[in-house]
Amino acid sequence: MIDEALRPHLVEFLLRHGDDRLVLGHRLAEWCGHGPALEEDIALANCALDFTGQANLMLGLAGSVEGKGRDQDALAYFRDEREFRNVQLVELPRGDFGVTMVRQLLFDAYDVLFLEALQRSAYEDLAGIAAKAYKEARYHLRHSAEWVVMLGDGTGESHERAQRALDELWRYGPELFDMDEGDRALASAGIVPDLAPLEPRWRERVEEVFARATLAVPTGGFRAKGGRRGVHTEHLGHLLAEMQIVARSHPGASW
Amino acid sequence: MSTESTTAESREPRAEGADAQWPLWEVFVQEQQGAPHEHAGSVHAVDREHAIQNARDVYGRRGGISLWVVPTAEITASTPEDMGPFFDPGNDKPYRHPQFYRVPRGVRGV
Repeated sequence: MIDEALRPHLVEFLLRHGDDRLVLGHRLAEWCGHGPALEEDIALANCALDFTGQANLMLGLAGSVEGKGRDQDALAYFRDEREFRNVQLVELPRGDFGVTMVRQLLFDAYDVLFLEALQRSAYEDLAGIAAKAYKEARYHLRHSAEWVVMLGDGTGESHERAQRALDELWRYGPELFDMDEGDRALASAGIVPDLAPLEPRWRERVEEVFARATLAVPTGGFRAKGGRRGVHTEHLGHLLAEMQIVARSHPGASW
Repeated sequence: MSTESTTAESREPRAEGADAQWPLWEVFVQEQQGAPHEHAGSVHAVDREHAIQNARDVYGRRGGISLWVVPTAEITASTPEDMGPFFDPGNDKPYRHPQFYRVPRGVRGV
């Protein structure tokens, strides 16, 4: 089915995008019981479950394409920090509600474009996962965009916190569009989308929301990268310790 | 986990009226085509868009095809004192109920 030369690249691609969702889902799940209102607590848990479900599908497919007997649980719970391939954006601490929502907007706006394009993958299993996730992503974006506008265009304090979050997170956005040789080989085969043309569309969309939110988009500055190669911030290790402890303490346990 | 930001937050004085609730909205869910929108419960929200999103997250996550949200303050309700004059007169008039019609076989949802 899949060209042998492309197989390792496809595994890498699935790990990268599965890990994005696994880590972001975990960060969102940290809000469970801590949301600013009951309704929002449930909303964040819904989104967390959507991302975790997407991770389950992508990592499951990564394991079966890899063909070395690792399933999604093995990939999620028994890899170490340097083997994780998520972008740094998703591993940063959840911070306050402003940080969480600005991060969601940056990711969700990318995710809608990414999944929309991925639905046209020549690899059917991948196109199917994208079609399912795309519907979820469209709702996520509606939710985070609404919140960013409410916070940015809200009280003095909410505006200040949202602006601080944007100043801090903006540099982590572009890594979402990074591609390497393997990705380009997959893109030429029509298996994954070319991400480069999505970046200007992403900028346009998030800048439109930030304008409505009266938030100023930072200019220049450094562009964080490294997550796709396993280079992470200090925060991922702590997250993984918490996420993996049960599975590692009781290997093979089922409940 | 960001213990740093949690501590910073808890150190902040509570804003004035932080306990003030967002306005209440009543939520109606339609389960399937042709079925009525039925009252599912209520949510707090600042505006219409926020209310419809909260309704989706709280009441729409296990299915449904359509949602209505209505500001609770816009609903006019009868009072318990109205109960007698409103409803008693109908109790002994079975002919006001449509149960004397024969329902054709195959009709569902009645």
